[in-house]
Amino acid sequence: MWSYIESIAIPVAALLLSLVIFSVFILFSGANAIDVLEAIFRGAFGSWFSWQNTLVRAAPLMLTAICTALPARIGLIVIGGEGAMVAGGLAAAMIGIALNGLPPLLVISSMVLTGSLIGGLWIAAVGAFKHYRNVNETISSLLLNYIAIAVLNFLVLGILRDPASLNKPSSYPIGDANMIGNIGDTSIHGGLIFGVVTCLILWFVMRRTTFGFAVDMIGGNRRAAQLSGLAVGKLVIVTCFIAGAAAGLAGMIEIAAVQGRANTSLNAGYGYAGILVAFLARHNPLAIIPVALLLGGIRASSGLLQRNFDLPDATTLVLQGIIFIVILASEAFYGKLNWFKPKVVTA
Amino acid sequence: MTSISPYVLEAVNISKRFGELQALANVTLKLRAGSFHALLGENGAGKSTLVKCIMGYYQPDEGDVLFGDRQQAITNPNEAMLLGIGMVYQHFTLIPNMSVAENIILSRPRLPAIINWKQEMTQLREKMQAMPFQIPLKAPITSLAAGEKQKVEIIKQLLLDTKVLILDEPTSVLTPTEADEVLGQIRAMTRSQNLSVLIITHKFREVMNFADEVTVLRKGQYVGSAKVSDVTPPILAEMMVGREVISTPLQREPTAAQQPVLTITNLHVNDDSGVPALSGLSLSINTGEIVGIAGVSGNGQRELVQVLAGQRERMDGTITVHDHDYNATRAQMRQHKFHCLPEEPLRNACVASMSVADNLAFRRFDRPPFARNNGLLDRKAIRSRAKELIDRFNIKTPGPSNPIGNLSGGNVQRAVLARELADPVDVLVVANPCFGLDFGAVADIHQQIMAARNRGAAVLLISEDLDEILELSDRLLVISNGKLVYETTPAQAELATIGKYMAGH
Repeated sequence: MWSYIESIAIPVAALLLSLVIFSVFILFSGANAIDVLEAIFRGAFGSWFSWQNTLVRAAPLMLTAICTALPARIGLIVIGGEGAMVAGGLAAAMIGIALNGLPPLLVISSMVLTGSLIGGLWIAAVGAFKHYRNVNETISSLLLNYIAIAVLNFLVLGILRDPASLNKPSSYPIGDANMIGNIGDTSIHGGLIFGVVTCLILWFVMRRTTFGFAVDMIGGNRRAAQLSGLAVGKLVIVTCFIAGAAAGLAGMIEIAAVQGRANTSLNAGYGYAGILVAFLARHNPLAIIPVALLLGGIRASSGLLQRNFDLPDATTLVLQGIIFIVILASEAFYGKLNWFKPKVVTA
Repeated sequence: MTSISPYVLEAVNISKRFGELQALANVTLKLRAGSFHALLGENGAGKSTLVKCIMGYYQPDEGDVLFGDRQQAITNPNEAMLLGIGMVYQHFTLIPNMSVAENIILSRPRLPAIINWKQEMTQLREKMQAMPFQIPLKAPITSLAAGEKQKVEIIKQLLLDTKVLILDEPTSVLTPTEADEVLGQIRAMTRSQNLSVLIITHKFREVMNFADEVTVLRKGQYVGSAKVSDVTPPILAEMMVGREVISTPLQREPTAAQQPVLTITNLHVNDDSGVPALSGLSLSINTGEIVGIAGVSGNGQRELVQVLAGQRERMDGTITVHDHDYNATRAQMRQHKFHCLPEEPLRNACVASMSVADNLAFRRFDRPPFARNNGLLDRKAIRSRAKELIDRFNIKTPGPSNPIGNLSGGNVQRAVLARELADPVDVLVVANPCFGLDFGAVADIHQQIMAARNRGAAVLLISEDLDEILELSDRLLVISNGKLVYETTPAQAELATIGKYMAGH
């Protein structure tokens, strides 16, 4: 009970502190902090239009956040969501291009499977390096991001390049028929459903299945898990695979619901922002949903800040960065604040 | 010693609280000049807290520390050192890749910015003449045995003109012979020089053989002080526990035809840094038998337990259980009823952040009735099983959903015992089961281990406490340098011979 209160109160306090620090930053940039914060709120949640903007941005964040949250549950700090998203998106685009012309349902299903598979293998490799060769998973997943982006650029500027794409080199399109449509007559695409459903399923898996129990055992104390005979290596790799598959799915959605083709929009930073979402949500798949909305909202408001206050586009990234640092620092307070605990009467 | 020598150090009416825990309540300790004083108490009695208050690590909430008649406000260990109070810790504080001389000189509280090594070495050599034991000054610490390292720690303190030497369980890393040697020499120094010694210990043997006076603490309270010549071990035990200690003798029942269950052949294992920790260890344990492995800490015991528990890979050798290869997989553990009580159970066998109920379910959470076949957990079944075990094994916890990390050491140990011993056991590996536990818990755990043996389990008991091994084992093996070097039975065992093999001679 008290740990629930704590796990809400501490992130909320951290968020408020981040806003205070951000306000100081805004003052130095010569704008009115209250106005800017109000504009961020308006740009994120002020109207149905901004809600739609926010939801569109939240969808990939939910999936890339899983890519950090799930490995964290088993004790690995993986920051390779960006690379897995790029790898999964690129693979999905290639399958989409290759199968263009076949029934759309078949093409989209193939893209979903391929994107998840490649993203999954991408992060599973990180888990395997860690388990078999004791390679630091944070470093290897970060380096794999650069490899994925390099491969993307190599292909998009090379054999996959559509000569018609001039300003922004892109691959051939996957075809309009193979695009995931929007929900109703909104501008929110179907990717949101993938994101929410994935988070809900993984929340259930982590809470109610023997797999989730085993993952928490390994993450909590690897020695105890080994003592109980758990196949630690297998579970680490499977968990990393699921995590990477979620990010790969995010890449597929970026292709099939937004871009229609592979280009550098795949590495627009959703993978990195997902790390922030995962830590804010304390690696709980259910909590990822509202946190992704919050961060999606902040991203959605960036255009408004630029237009109304003449603040640089990167302003919301500064806010994100401040939140990240404060949240990481706030980890130190869990279990230490005794006003969250009921008073114990000692004789 | 004349019994009227003045007090050199007095800690009067010391109280210290940590949050809601009253660690010390009105505790008084008086150390006479030139005496060897033992501070006795169970784990959690407040011995370390008291000493840390004296050394200035903690500031007492109430009470005064008087050093040489004057009230001294010691606010940090450096001040204590400058006053001439030195402390030797339970674990080594030496820098392994530096030489003995460098370690000794670096420990000085006021070190000049530039060290004149030539001059320091000359002085050091002169001072060493007066020391009770000699250590080669140029030798790197890594080349020293545990006993020698302990001597360096003590010399380090003595060279700082220490008048009061505090020793925190100094013999836990030594063989019985080494312990007697070191303590004997320190005792001699209290006689010949101006040195007073306060030793924290839980070994009655050391108190009776070496100490002049003893102070006993219990649950943060002062129980009493006495001259050692006036007390006996049973009296001390009663003072420590607060009631007469009635030990039910262990019932060793004869077991039927003995067959080998656990067989280890030519086992080679490396430690964390890749250095061989076990080199060609072989042993075999029969049904209904406790095999004890004695040895000085750090001779491969930990690695042996880790291999059997599945926490470490082996480089070479075979392990078989019931004539089947054993690789510490979950299926094999279940098939062969292979269970393990590792040392430091919270660190090695529990997930501190998970609930008591979850921790009790580690062995069986993926089996009915706790999991339905499609892999769904039945939390209700896990909870009710936990409640049953909590009652049966007398685990003191606010409830099954309380994180196990909040429990006391003894209750964590009981929870692991409950998990590992509630089901039938064929093979049981036990490592230092009584580290940090009080009398009651120790007796309880010994009874449980013996009961498992009487039911026919093959038990491997690895312990640094020789008395424990002599009490429980059917057969006794000595490990030294990663090899089994001596075998005997407790009935035929001679302490001196065992000590000789433990020391690796």
